[in-house]
Amino acid sequence: MAEKERIINFMGPRKLLAILSAILLLASVASLVINGLRFGLDFTGGSLVEVGYEQAADLNGIRGQLTDAGFDDAVVQTFGASTDVLIRLGETHDPKLGDKVIQALTVGGESVELRRNEYVGAQVGEELREQGGLGMLLALGMIMLYLAFRFQFKFSLGAVLALVHDVTLVLGIFSLLQLDFDLTVLAAVLAVIGYSLNDTIVVFDRIRENFRIMRVADSVEIMNASLSQTLSRTLVTSLTTALVLIALFIFGGESIHGFATALLVGIGVGTYSSIYVAANLLLAMNITKEDLIPPPKEETEVDEMP
Amino acid sequence: MLNRFSLWKSALIIFVLFFAGIYALPNLYPEDFAVQLTGNNQSTQVDEQTLTRVESILKASGVEFKSSELQERGGLIRFNDGEAQLRGREALAQALGQSYVVALNLAPTTPEWLSNIGAGPMKLGLDLRGGVHFLLEVDMAQAVSQRLDVYVSDIKGNLRKERLRYREVEHREDGSLSVRFADAATRDEASGLLGRTFPEFLISSAEVEGNALLYISLSEATLREIEDYAIKQNLTTLRNRVNELGVAEPLVQRQGRNRIVVQLPGIQDAAAAKRIIGKTANLEFRLEAKPDASRTTTETYEFRSEPGRTAALEKDIIITGSSVANAQSNFDENGQPQVSITLDTKGGQLMGRVTRDAIQRRMAVLFVEYKARTVTETVEGEKVEKRVPYVEKGIISLATIQSALGSSFRITGLENPQESSELALLLRAGALAAPIYFVEERTVGPSMGAENIELGTLSVQIGFALVLLFMLVYYKVFGLVANIALTLNLVLLVAVMSILSATLTLPGIAGIVLTVGMAVDANVLIFERIKEELKIGMPVQSAIHSGFARAFTTILDANVTTLLAAVILFAMGTGPVKGFAITLSVGILTSMFTAILVTRMMVNFIYGGKQIKSVKI
Repeated sequence: MAEKERIINFMGPRKLLAILSAILLLASVASLVINGLRFGLDFTGGSLVEVGYEQAADLNGIRGQLTDAGFDDAVVQTFGASTDVLIRLGETHDPKLGDKVIQALTVGGESVELRRNEYVGAQVGEELREQGGLGMLLALGMIMLYLAFRFQFKFSLGAVLALVHDVTLVLGIFSLLQLDFDLTVLAAVLAVIGYSLNDTIVVFDRIRENFRIMRVADSVEIMNASLSQTLSRTLVTSLTTALVLIALFIFGGESIHGFATALLVGIGVGTYSSIYVAANLLLAMNITKEDLIPPPKEETEVDEMP
Repeated sequence: MLNRFSLWKSALIIFVLFFAGIYALPNLYPEDFAVQLTGNNQSTQVDEQTLTRVESILKASGVEFKSSELQERGGLIRFNDGEAQLRGREALAQALGQSYVVALNLAPTTPEWLSNIGAGPMKLGLDLRGGVHFLLEVDMAQAVSQRLDVYVSDIKGNLRKERLRYREVEHREDGSLSVRFADAATRDEASGLLGRTFPEFLISSAEVEGNALLYISLSEATLREIEDYAIKQNLTTLRNRVNELGVAEPLVQRQGRNRIVVQLPGIQDAAAAKRIIGKTANLEFRLEAKPDASRTTTETYEFRSEPGRTAALEKDIIITGSSVANAQSNFDENGQPQVSITLDTKGGQLMGRVTRDAIQRRMAVLFVEYKARTVTETVEGEKVEKRVPYVEKGIISLATIQSALGSSFRITGLENPQESSELALLLRAGALAAPIYFVEERTVGPSMGAENIELGTLSVQIGFALVLLFMLVYYKVFGLVANIALTLNLVLLVAVMSILSATLTLPGIAGIVLTVGMAVDANVLIFERIKEELKIGMPVQSAIHSGFARAFTTILDANVTTLLAAVILFAMGTGPVKGFAITLSVGILTSMFTAILVTRMMVNFIYGGKQIKSVKI
């Protein structure tokens, strides 16, 4: 019951899509330069109070009450539900801030519950931003080393550039839509690195294998065959991961929203980039059979192939 | 033969899974709302009698409770719900008074046979159970400066003993000392002496405007040592204070070079906790200056309770709060708050010696508080927060010494019972070696924690169900196998987290969800390989065999790189993000085990060693 392998011409529109990727990258960088990221409390420092009302909260009323109580710089917004209100205040530190805010809000006899109260010093925020950037670079560097060791330098460069592409696009979307960028989103971005890499490696693994066993010289043909062979796996895994993330996005509550958003975007972009950035770059770098010789020892089963 | 596992291999896998199942089990038992009761000092211990008293107190105030039991660390009273727990704590705190610490707690209901083998549930992070998280920074400059002050008097004493005349010893702003001499010969002799006595000094000499000077600074190693000491001392003090607060499972830990994390789960009143934790208060006992004393040996301070009234005190300190062995707050004959103090042996001797010669003179108790105000400066167009530390000293009592004091006495003149009990607590817990500042604070209300758990669990369940359904429809029998593996993966993940006593946070739950999504990847890789091999006409048994074998390197590479990212996340992250990194890393490892070995075992069991013409996948 041998079927003929169906090979999709993935690499056909590769120049067009390379241009698309370049445009998206430029747009992301432009947005990051112009709009910047809307850093959350974790990174900017400052105070934050979350309060819960029994009925839908009247934001303008709350702003008025806060101004009356002397909190001039308060930023008031709902958080998830209309009964939940997030209040961000400047960089002052006051141990009784939560109580004071509650006091200001209950002047008219409303019942308000203090749900959460956070303060982050400006210096801590700055350190976190630095550490976050550094951690991301470190992760990319380590991954590049591992891949250069396990595969070959061109592969490692292709994979890392694909990761840079993904991270930039995710950050670009957060910047463009002005979504809050907090610590959990940073964690999600690092998870995107993990996921997207996973995807790229599966594709690369097959490309490496096919370069060794396929008796055709044309790199494009080998790429297309490899991508077609891994396509159903790519789709199934992306789908299952997306399924749980959608569940997390819908049911996980507001505090995990940014996390789920970043990962959902990241999975879409990561899947795309494995094909049109990573594999594309391999072609651009002129990958040849010679690049993969001598083969590592563990590939002994190759001989079993007909 | 193809696709058969040796018996020992299967037995090992089954054993691991069985073991994991048992250690994951405690997480199924819901925690009880409880109140933990501990004695406030050595003399008050919680025993059977106390428990009987507790039960009658609760009955009298109409609070229903589940059970009361005696534990290693005191008594534990379990309640049916959170409301009863709160009312119970209030009733107990009121009736038992200060000699007991009554703390809210969540008590695991792990059955005895499980806790006997060391099994217990995962710990919940603050974002899931509510509580307070503080990040404190220790003021190292202040710690060094305090040590330098001590050196100033040491240097003076040494020079005096050797009869080397100096003009002045000065503590300079850049963190060094300068000693001024009349002539260069004395200076050189002093330089030799100080160099021998204090090997940690870096000494240089200079001539400035006809003065012979010695500049003294501390070596890098000594500075490091001072910093380490300050952190360690502060950790001990903070632990003592936190224990006094009565928190069930507090965490006090060093973070980085000069920071300390304090986590108090279940604490409701963050402001009170901060008042006690952050206070750098100390006491100084000094004699009142004689009326004819020279101005250079006295200092004048205001009374804390009566602004405007001042008294001149001797500069010499008899003892400080660090000599206090025990302190209790109570009331004097007139119902005024007071603190009864017991000194340690050395402190008692010093106090005795000084007061014997000072009968009918007056002794002052000086309250010393290190504070800091934050000022915002604009440097190069950027706002920069700067802390300016200052010391506030005020007299709390000035009383005539009637007879030589021993190692125990009382301090009166405190404003209210709250002040006296806080002073007693601070004296018991010890002073901080260097001032600390709050650089981060997070308070999560208990209802929010419960909500986070609920939402997190719900999304795990729904996500999990969706993946199971998809796999079953798409891969049929193999899908079922993958689903069993996925479920076992979850069990294994929970078991490993419980055994490591890792803390589960909301991002941690997100990590579990992500692991569920990604864990099937290994199975998908294997199944797709098998499909391919079948397509090119390979017989079923060899297709299965080669599918597993060839997918393996891919799975390994893909997971190792993801693990790299997770480890870096763990190394640089804090709090919740660390929680995410832990679940992700553990999830990657367990999913490799279940997706490769467990699936293989099941597939072998179903298909292995049989004549099969075709297989649905």
